Formats: sequence, structure tokens, C-alpha cells
Amino acid sequence: MSRANRDGVLSGEFFMQGDIACAEGAICAGCRFFGGYPITPATEVAQRMSERLPLVDGVYIQMEDELASMNAVLGAAWAGAKAMTATSGPGFSLMMENLGLGIMMETPCVLVNVQRGGPSTGLPTLVGQGDMMQAQWGSHGDYAIIALAPSSPQELFDLTIHAFNLSEIYRTPVLVMTDAEVGHMTEKVVIPPPGEIDVVSRRKPTVSPEEYQPYRVAPGEWVAPMAVAGDGYRIHTTGLTHDERGYPATADDQAQWPLVQRLIDKIEKNRQDIIMLEEDSLDDAEVVVVSYGIAARTAKWPIQMARDEGIRVGLLRLVTVWPFPEERIRDLARQVGAIVVPEINMGQIVREVERCAAGQAKVSLVPHPGGGIHDPQKVLEAIRQAAGHGVEE
Amino acid sequence: MVLKMNGYRLDKTLETHIEAEGLKEEVHGRHPMDDLLRTDRLPHIWCPGCGLGTALTCFLSALRKSDLDLDRVAVVSGIGCTGRVAGYVRLDSFHTTHGRAIPFATGLKLANPELKVVVFSGDGDLVTIGGNHFIHAARRNMDVTVICVNNFNYGMTGGQAGATTPIGGITTTSPYGNYEYPFNVSALAAASGAVYVARWTVLHARRLERSMIEALLKPGFSLVEVISPCPTGFGRRHRQREGLDTLRYYHEHGSIRHGADLNETDIGLGGALVEGKFVDVDKPTFLEQRTRRLDQALSR
Repeated sequence: MSRANRDGVLSGEFFMQGDIACAEGAICAGCRFFGGYPITPATEVAQRMSERLPLVDGVYIQMEDELASMNAVLGAAWAGAKAMTATSGPGFSLMMENLGLGIMMETPCVLVNVQRGGPSTGLPTLVGQGDMMQAQWGSHGDYAIIALAPSSPQELFDLTIHAFNLSEIYRTPVLVMTDAEVGHMTEKVVIPPPGEIDVVSRRKPTVSPEEYQPYRVAPGEWVAPMAVAGDGYRIHTTGLTHDERGYPATADDQAQWPLVQRLIDKIEKNRQDIIMLEEDSLDDAEVVVVSYGIAARTAKWPIQMARDEGIRVGLLRLVTVWPFPEERIRDLARQVGAIVVPEINMGQIVREVERCAAGQAKVSLVPHPGGGIHDPQKVLEAIRQAAGHGVEE
Repeated sequence: MVLKMNGYRLDKTLETHIEAEGLKEEVHGRHPMDDLLRTDRLPHIWCPGCGLGTALTCFLSALRKSDLDLDRVAVVSGIGCTGRVAGYVRLDSFHTTHGRAIPFATGLKLANPELKVVVFSGDGDLVTIGGNHFIHAARRNMDVTVICVNNFNYGMTGGQAGATTPIGGITTTSPYGNYEYPFNVSALAAASGAVYVARWTVLHARRLERSMIEALLKPGFSLVEVISPCPTGFGRRHRQREGLDTLRYYHEHGSIRHGADLNETDIGLGGALVEGKFVDVDKPTFLEQRTRRLDQALSR
């Protein structure tokens, strides 16, 4: 840690655990507030932050529960800090209501979910990807969300920084949907010098307090510049449906329409800028494996085995899971005969793939209830089946 | 003219008309606190006879007298009638989710220690759904001032029982009388570590204001419990049809005992209503504790 420079960036090459890489990524991105509650397998993020933040003039606080954690993060963001929390399944459920508050108030912040097996207490120490739909639909009401799915400690580092940048650009909570496997994996992580790390910060208002309205969005833009507590703007914000002044407007649907529409549009209409995909061997593919996070990484081996068998199979890895890359799936469905979706749940993102494939390609799930990664043979068999090379059942 | 009747909501079209014609000031007149209020949000939603107007007036007056830099004061509310306070004050103000004002305030304070952070919310919000945050913020001696308006029921949702409803209290969800032991908000704060605890009814407005000033200027977790009439949700079910009846009740049952033994301050129906400044002690705040410990550990 002595190598950390003045910006707090611990530049260099490390053999580093995923959760720790996540914490270091956050610090690189300028995160100076962490409010959290210990939960396996996300605890190491909190531990690292409790050690590192005091060294960079940041604040770590262990809150009394995940409801408090999420709210402390929102409060910190409204006092001008870049703020984060990290949790896992049960804590993620507890954060849902106030994730919605963050979305409604348009609060930049980052929520990391190191997923474990569920439902309920489930498998605290073992991997799962069962919160992927909850990420988009878990808080009540209509909204759009950004969720990123890293598949290595290096990527957990990179995507945590990116998550902060996206949250600052679109003024919204951004989810890093990692898992116990990536979070607890120790691998090489390269942290660049601070000058080589892109860091984006929210726009501040330039107009006077008299002219400023916290939710008045200029034409051609998606979010308003953000004044925070103490800036002298005397802002008001609320979880109620509100107008451009931030004032409640709950008598009818007059403010509801433009507000909810914009909360969705600011992400959906910028999907091309937000969505990141990794593609491999798709040009000649007859079968494509669509996956994300650790499941996509473990699929690489069976994909190679299938290629060795002469099956033209490619990989589409969803680095961004939400917003869902509909266009790419639609195009691929027209090009390939079949899509295979391994995920460590009993079928979540596969539903989105089916929706977008719309019958143009056969879609099959390789499920796993959590507690381990896929048996490569099962993924291989699914690829064979999809290619019409499999043993008929 | 009906318009001038204090506290009554204006007819919506009339309201728009008044605003459009610039008549608002003419109809309502200027109030000495107008510069601290979002007057474009008035009239407020509170019922006739509610004590919140008095509580808010005392607060604004206390703010002014406290000499705090008002650009550095943030008000955080949760949900409920009192939760609407954040929407009426012309300060940085946050109307958060039910029960979660205190952790939101904690984040604000820690990310910018220059702020004076005030949580202004109701009993249901702060000690029922949000009870865990209340005791933990007091335990940490987090540097926030909590103003808890206690009207013994959930007003906004139509007068339901909560964790402060006295035994025997009739509400819409305790139609046969409440049989759960209530929290004593002041005693709870003191037991959890609050360094300043005072309780006043809204009848005792000057004393209430004085305690608010003291609480605002007190480093650490300070609580002012404001006992307040809710004629619509609670009073009328307890032979207090109008807010004034409840004030009369406060006058008859109020008993000022500074430094009272908090075990003797429980609030029961028809019993003594003990008020006063109960706790005023000095103890390093969360931030002071943190700075001290980190300076020591990191030798800086």
C-alpha cells in the first residue's frame, strides 16, 4: 500500500483478489465514501475500503443494515461524494427500495452485488447468478438500470471504475453484478498510473441559484447538472414524482409521464454508448454461446472443445447485461441456427435472449442453481445438441 | 373570506388563479418566515389543528437565532405528515424513504462535515419503521439533530397505531384500544447514547424553540421530541375534537421537569406529560472519535 500515489491509486501489477480489485477500482474512480454491512462473499470489499479510504481522505462507515447502507450512500452522493456499497443476495434484496430512491432522485452511485446462491440465505460462500432479473426489476415501479457483469478480477477492477463513470454521466445508480467466483478469485490485476485512468465526474450547475432547477434538463441532454447540499443552491429532492423544481407533483399523471419516460430514456436511448460486448468467432458461427460473468468465462473451454470437433461455435459475452443488447441478439438470431445460454441460475437472461431471438434461432438454456460453475461437459453437450451433433434424447 | 382561513386548503383552480394573478401575497400576506419557506409550495397539506405548523415555525425561528450558515444546513425527512417538512423549507432538503432519513443524513454529514444536518420527521418514521437507525445514530453520537414530532399515530395514512401509541389508544388499527407497550422516544434516545434530549409539547413554543437552538448548536446526536396534536387521526378519538382541545390537554397535563428520571417520563393516556430538557452531556462525536483514532493509528 505504500506504493499508492497521491491520488490514492495503487499503480502496479498485483496478484489480487476480485473483491479487493473492486475496492481499488472504486478508489481509482474517485470513490471516497463507502457505507456497507458485512455479508459473504462481498465482505472483502468493505474490509479493503475500511483500510484504504482513511488513507485517501475518504470515509468508511459500517452501517446497521443494508437499508441504512444504501441510504448512507445516497446521502453521501448528495453531499458531493462518489459513493459505493457492496453486498450480496440478502443485502441486495434489502437495498431494493432505496435503489429506487436513488433512481428517482437521480443519484450517481455504485452498488456492487457479489452474487451467491439463493433464494434466501442460500449458499453464502458459493457462486450464483440468480439476481440478474432482480437487478432490473427488483425495485418497484418502472425504471431502466445499468448493470455490468465482470468475469475476472481485472475486469472487476476496470468495470468498477466504468460503473462510477456511467453513474456520473447518467446520474443514476449503476450495478456491478459480479459473483462469489470472481469476487473470491485471486489473479493478476494491473492498475495503471492515475493519468491513464479515465475518470468522469458529474456536471455542476453554472447558473445562479435563482435560475437553477434540479431537474430541468436542457434540450438535447438527458440529465440536469447536479447541485449538492452545501453548494448554496438550496435544492429540494424527493422520492415522490416531482417536477423540474424537484417539487412533488402527485395530483395526477402530468409530471409522471415525462419523469418516468426520461428515467428510462436516458439509459435506453443511450444504449449504444452504454452496451459493451465481447465477441469471439462469430463471423462463421452456426451456434453462439451467449453468457456473462463467470459463466461466460467457463464457457470458453467447451467452446474450444466444440471448435476442435468442427462445430462452428462463437461467443457473445455480455459485459453489459442491462440495458440488454437486443439489437445484437436479434442480428445474431438471424445469422445462426441456435443460441446456447449458460448461466448460474435456472433461466433468467435466457428469457431476454428468447424474446430478442423471437423464434429466429433455437435458444437453449444451460442452467445451474448456484453453488458451483458449470460442468464444461454439460455446456459442450448443449453446444453439440444446438449444432445438431448431439445425442438425441 | 374563506381564503383567509388559516390552514384550509385552497380550491385548486382558485390556487392557480391566485398564483397567476400574483395575488398570493395579497391573499396570504407576508410571513416573517417566508424567506425560509418554499412559499411556492404553500398552502401546506397539514390539517386544521395540527401541531406541525407550530413545530416548523419554532424550528425556523431557532435556525435564525442559531446563527448557522443557512447555505450549510440540510434538512432530511422520511415519509409521513412530518416528512413533508423537508419540502417546505428553503434549505437543501431531502424527502427520502420511510424510516431512512437518519442513514441518509449520516451519509450527508460524513461526506461533508461542514454541513449542519437536521432530521425532521415523525414518530412512526423515526422510531417505528426507522427505529434501528435511530438507536444506532444515537449510539455512534452521529452529528445530527433529530426533531421527532410525536403525535402517537400514523397521521398521513389515516390514524393507525404505531410504536408510540399509548396503551388504550384508539386508532384505526387499534379499534378496541392499543395493547402494545409503547416506546418512550426521549428515553430511547438517551439510553442509546444521545448527548442532548428534550421534550416539549407545541403549546410550549418558546421553550421548544430554545431547545431547538440548543440542539442545533450541540455537537453530536441531539433529539428534540415534539408532542403534537393530531386531531384528525388521534385527538378526536380521545375526546379532543379540535387541536385546541389537545393544547388544553397539554396545559392541564404538562409537567416541566428538567433532568427528570427518564423512567418516569412514559406517556400514558390521561397521565402526566413530563417535559423539559432531560439530557445535556458532552461526549466526543462520531467524527471526533474517528479523527482521534485515525490520527493515532496512522501517526499523522
